[in-house]
Amino acid sequence: MILRLQTTKIGKIRFASHRDIAKVWERSLRRAEIPLVYSEGFSPRPRIAFGLALPTGAESECEYLDFHLDDQKYETSNISSIPELLTRVLPEGITITGMVKMQSKYISLQQSVTSTVWSIEVKENIEEVHKWVETVLNSKELVIERTRKGKQVVDNIRPYIRDIQVEENDLQKRTSIQAELKTQPRSLRPSEFLAATEPNLTMVKLRRLKQFIDTGDNQIDPLDLGDCLDFEKELCSS
Amino acid sequence: MSTIWEILEGYLDQVEKPARYIGLEQGAQKPSHAETNVAWLLTYPDVYEVGLPNQGLQILYEILNESPIAEAERAYAPWVDLEEIMRRERIPLFSVDTHRPANEFDVIAFNLSSELVYTNLINCLDLAGVPVMSSDRENMHPVIGAGGHCVYNPEPLADIVDFFALGDGEEVVSDITQVMHRFKSSEGILHNRQELLFELSKIEGVYVPSMYTATYDMNGAQTLKPINDEVPKLIEKRTIVDLEEWPYPKEQLVPITEVVHDRLNVEVFRGCTRGCRFCQAGMITRPVRERSDEQVRTMIQSGLKRTGYDEVALTSLSTADYSGIKDVVEETIADPVNCGQVSISLPSLRVDAFTVDIAASIQNARRTGLTFAPEAGTWRMRQVINKLIREEDLYGAVESAFSQGWRRMKLYFLIGLPTETDEDTLGIARMAANCVAIGKRYTSAASVTVSVGGFVPKPFTPFQWFGQNTLEELNRKVHMLKDEVRKTKGVKLKWHDPKATLVEGILSRGDRRLGEVLKRVWSSGGTFQEWSEYFDLDLWLSAMEKEDLNYEWFAYRHRNVEEPLPWDHLDAGLYKDFLWQEWRDALEEKGLEDCRWTPCYDCGACTGYGLDHVVASTSPPVGGSQGTWQDLDNGNFAPQLLQISSKAR
Repeated sequence: MILRLQTTKIGKIRFASHRDIAKVWERSLRRAEIPLVYSEGFSPRPRIAFGLALPTGAESECEYLDFHLDDQKYETSNISSIPELLTRVLPEGITITGMVKMQSKYISLQQSVTSTVWSIEVKENIEEVHKWVETVLNSKELVIERTRKGKQVVDNIRPYIRDIQVEENDLQKRTSIQAELKTQPRSLRPSEFLAATEPNLTMVKLRRLKQFIDTGDNQIDPLDLGDCLDFEKELCSS
Repeated sequence: MSTIWEILEGYLDQVEKPARYIGLEQGAQKPSHAETNVAWLLTYPDVYEVGLPNQGLQILYEILNESPIAEAERAYAPWVDLEEIMRRERIPLFSVDTHRPANEFDVIAFNLSSELVYTNLINCLDLAGVPVMSSDRENMHPVIGAGGHCVYNPEPLADIVDFFALGDGEEVVSDITQVMHRFKSSEGILHNRQELLFELSKIEGVYVPSMYTATYDMNGAQTLKPINDEVPKLIEKRTIVDLEEWPYPKEQLVPITEVVHDRLNVEVFRGCTRGCRFCQAGMITRPVRERSDEQVRTMIQSGLKRTGYDEVALTSLSTADYSGIKDVVEETIADPVNCGQVSISLPSLRVDAFTVDIAASIQNARRTGLTFAPEAGTWRMRQVINKLIREEDLYGAVESAFSQGWRRMKLYFLIGLPTETDEDTLGIARMAANCVAIGKRYTSAASVTVSVGGFVPKPFTPFQWFGQNTLEELNRKVHMLKDEVRKTKGVKLKWHDPKATLVEGILSRGDRRLGEVLKRVWSSGGTFQEWSEYFDLDLWLSAMEKEDLNYEWFAYRHRNVEEPLPWDHLDAGLYKDFLWQEWRDALEEKGLEDCRWTPCYDCGACTGYGLDHVVASTSPPVGGSQGTWQDLDNGNFAPQLLQISSKAR
């Protein structure tokens, strides 16, 4: 049985890398005694698939992962307790906020997610940011050089920007940008987004708020692709 | 309770591997720091990935946090990128558990496992805002302690560290806590530092250097005198008699980010009586104390379950010698709870076919590499160092490994050993070539990596009197080996930088005068000296020169039996005349048996504990040629009788 989890990554744990977190999951699943299906071959690995990597240092309210539960070794009636069992053994800051059962044939998270919504706190004041946003939105083309798989590529990133909103953080006199950035065919990273036009903005804090799958008609949450498990309706959608 | 997290957080985006500084390990504690409790900051003076797995530190962390009057957190040396930010932004050294500033702790205790980290210790003190020299510290400052293998010659740090704890730390940390708690609860702070240090000096196994004055004879050799009659003349190391009573760590820390030895570690025994004469660890951790296989199994089972690790290492100085090794390995692999996904690693392989068979039974899938440590290239040389492996043993092990699917071997050797000739050195290349030849019979991909390190004589070993090979001599030997291995395809040579070996040698047997040298090296930027990219011999040599000290005198000189040694006031449990006899026997190329399976030769280690030999097995180890005396030329003779002196107290 393939289960999809939605989790947070908030607080100190934000400084753990995507790779670190993958290991944390492997160990946590073992600690919670949740048996996984292993890959075949020379060095069997547990079947866990992670979604789009979150930059080290960023927080998130919506990370996803799919794992292949070995249901022959697991009491079906216990499945409802998986989120709680896992949250108990996961490090502080990672909490399970949703779980659904996936169909046997489904598109991977990496491939299906089409855009993500970021909250980007920047150093610049609200006037500067408004001006910057205006330039970005009014541009037909925003060509930047970025690195992909170790190669420098020149890209027009304007089509990757779906939406931008600006908010002032009164307490610290900082400005927050909420931006929806496309992830297909290549993800636009928040750091690249801030370099879209001069003067580049300086990022202070980053948090992923949402991940969306564009179905053509509307935008849905990755959890919406799974089947709700009877027992935990409230965990099925966010 | 204060924390610097909010400040630190803002800079962690700017450093490499920020997860080094967040803590959050499974098993980490968040002490509340009750007012009268003694707060320990256990510090490993190297980067997090190297320091976190240290078992000694983790054991003490648990024991202290279990105590109702103590609390412990951990700190590691910040990497150079963060250090720069910390100095610029005035962020002090901090604990990773609650990010509490280091100078708010009562004790900062360092684990010293290599001489090259000494300047990092100084750097940590400075980052903590604590004066580097003990004499400059006041009541408000934490007390600075150190333990670990290097403290068997603590003299280079004698003016910097307030107290050293010798031997096993399990019991002594509580004794130290008791004394400090008495001081803390009467006044709320650690008042009267001098008085406190004096009280600490009365604890068995604790050495407080400021309670001794150093004098130097006309040849420059150091002798220490206690400042009064109440200060002990001789400080004996602490030994826990029964390892079984200390099943620590019970909750091994599982880090968020990758570290070295990232696996469950279960210590199966402590001590070693193989008697390799170059090996300080084997000498100072005697006697051998085994854990019962029942406890080992429980620790493996509960440890795997609790940590989620899929690998367990059975640790000790020579794990194949553990009497329960076969059963423990087989049962762990067969345990259905582990779903067959658990692998076992044996960090110290013995050189024989039996060991390879054990390795084969656990490494079902990936047979990438196996490591052996023959240490020397000829039988003569191996008799000198008492590493009594016959050439047949090695070839048998190698043959067995290649025939069971391994394709790469790694062989560890020392160069610069006492009496070493070029024939001995070249023997290393010859042995490696023979191993490749054996391998080629099984796979064309057979390769052997030879790793050589320059020998550094260490205190409390039979070689403590030996003058280390010069830098030039070690370089010559490395080059000679390089030329020689080039002749054989499939042999690769790696070597430890002889320059670093020289500095290790200066510090390993150095005296108090080196404190100023350490300070100079540190202040000229010489931290992370165990990292080749930061190591700088010139810093050391120019600091020696400025202090008017001759590095050749410290490292290259043979000592004679009359010369006072800078660690003569310490007692590692070994009789000095046993060590001296061993040194003479070494020079005569005479081996000495492992006393676990032969009569006692009275090294001194067991004396005073009411034990003869603390082993679980009275029969020789299975399958090994290194087990008893059968591999010795003088095998049928009874062990040498040595003159036994009573320990001076």
